[in-house]
Amino acid sequence: MAVLVFVELSDGEVKKSSREAVTYASAMSNGDVVAVVLGTAAGDQLKKLGNNGASKVLHANNPKFDQGVISAYASALAEAMQKTQSDSLVLAESSLGNPVAARVSIKMDASLVTNVVALPDAHFNVKRSIYTGKASAHTTLTKDKKILSIKKGAVILKEDGAEAPIENFNPSIEDSDFGVKQVSREKTTGKVLLPEADIVVSGGRGLKGPENWGMIEDLAEVLGAATGCSKPVSDMDWRPHHEHVGQTGIKVAPTLYIAIGISGAIQHLAGVNQSKYIVVINKDADAPFFKAADYGVVGDAFEVVPKLTEAIKAIK
Amino acid sequence: MKILVCITHVPDTTSRIAFTNNNSEFDNSGVQFVIGPYDDYALARAVELKEQMGGSITVLNVGEAVTEPTLRKALAIGADDAIRINARADDSFFVASQIAEVAKTENYDLILMGRESIDFNGGMVHGMVGELLGIPSLSPVMKLEVENGVATLAREIEGGKEILEALLPLVVGCQEPIAEWKIPNMRGIMTARSKPLKVIEATTHSVATKTTSYDLPPEKGAIKMVDDMKELARLLKEEAKIL
Ligand SMILES: Cc1cc2nc3c(=O)[nH]c(=O)nc-3n(C[C@H](O)[C@H](O)[C@H](O)COP(=O)(O)OP(=O)(O)OC[C@H]3O[C@@H](n4cnc5c(N)ncnc54)[C@H](O)[C@@H]3O)c2cc1C
Repeated sequence: MAVLVFVELSDGEVKKSSREAVTYASAMSNGDVVAVVLGTAAGDQLKKLGNNGASKVLHANNPKFDQGVISAYASALAEAMQKTQSDSLVLAESSLGNPVAARVSIKMDASLVTNVVALPDAHFNVKRSIYTGKASAHTTLTKDKKILSIKKGAVILKEDGAEAPIENFNPSIEDSDFGVKQVSREKTTGKVLLPEADIVVSGGRGLKGPENWGMIEDLAEVLGAATGCSKPVSDMDWRPHHEHVGQTGIKVAPTLYIAIGISGAIQHLAGVNQSKYIVVINKDADAPFFKAADYGVVGDAFEVVPKLTEAIKAIK
Repeated sequence: MKILVCITHVPDTTSRIAFTNNNSEFDNSGVQFVIGPYDDYALARAVELKEQMGGSITVLNVGEAVTEPTLRKALAIGADDAIRINARADDSFFVASQIAEVAKTENYDLILMGRESIDFNGGMVHGMVGELLGIPSLSPVMKLEVENGVATLAREIEGGKEILEALLPLVVGCQEPIAEWKIPNMRGIMTARSKPLKVIEATTHSVATKTTSYDLPPEKGAIKMVDDMKELARLLKEEAKIL
């Protein structure tokens, strides 16, 4: 039976996390993987979902879906599950994916587990991250239908060059699905999205003020990284809220997290403990962040960071 | 405005996380339990909305008797009455079903809660409640205003935010900076003791998942201290294989 994957678009582009979800689905199925795409997108990149493991793409090429309305997405995905008689749905966790999955789980009477970090076993028991990355739970999905929301890094992206055929999908959406109106939208463009990033450069209160973020951005640029910050930094409006990392902000799971002028409070660490490597730059040798780091630099950020940027440029 | 605020009773963010009984149960020993930080934002915004336009705030928790001090704290912060659904919060679906059961007959204008609990981080109860009641659910919401039955909200999206408009009733999963956390004052604490706290039994026991065991991540390896940035760049390239 087909495993369905909800493939999310960001400004018409397939998100990398969604391609990972396709690979995850192909690893848990016998190869019958149907990717569902809602909203306008160029056809050639949808075909390329075959590359990641999709055997077919269902595309609702309807601009009504471009705004990512939660109820409308939930209705369309439930309909796609019925249409394909699929009893499992996989998606990548995001600020849209999880709220949508919750509604689909009720519509379809399905078990839903979020923060999944590994493939399910034969009894549909999956490992998921809990306590904001400080522990994990092994949880069985007990209903016949199952929905899994996966975290970044749950599988290694497959790219085998295959292409998938695209089929038109016309979900019977109703006006009531669009009860919530989008008035406006603000989104940074041309920047790496923080939850998707493989490298994150993050700054804390040690940077003294928003005017000093230039060196953070320079370092992020040579690394192709996203920029993040600690909670007080976004509280003081030095940086926008969507850059706030930690317990009450974005939880990141990059290959490399560089923390500059951040003390390493337990609530900040909760958002970065899934990182593969952590570099800490802090002028205080006793800063608690060093206990969670792989590489540490004791020094003044204003001297050290530009030097690091130069050194990376030189060996890249 | 009739507001329901659903709160979790969770270990304080500084708690040491450990498990007992052959890794089948959370180890409560020495742990201090608090209102979930996201739920605390929801409650704070509810108090502000009530100050602006009057109405009532009911606070609800699905949990056993141990959660009552947490409910009393919410009463001290400004809720008018409390409901405890007497059952262990076994999974998100169970919790959402219990909340929807109460809300079905109460006609709340707004149902607020945190965008996720900080113990299981599920982030799905708001969506489930919305779907069970057949009303919109929005999360993670960082701004919420209400005027003439219309809510204006800012919802965080990756790399930014969207401004939305929706008619009440509505379920909202909250996060900062929707409001500032409120600390109960002396008067609040005194009056909380006599505010009504109703205990009701769960109507169903249906769950959608079953957790079989827990574990902790492996310990982090030793840190390498570096002085020279050329050396750090080399380590990142050769050891961590990043560049
Ligand atoms: C319920 C709750 C939830 C929270 N959630 C979060 C969260 O999600 N994310 C989060 O970040 N915080 C969160 N916090 C706040 C957290 O406890 C800390 O207060 C916060 O992380 C501190 O931010 P900071 O490290 O930037 O600032 P500080 O703690 O002030 O640290 C600044 C650091 O910069 C260093 N420094 C100063 N000057 C320099 C220099 N020139 N060069 C190099 N280093 C320098 C200092 O040595 C210090 O270590 C939460 C708190 C609570 C109670």
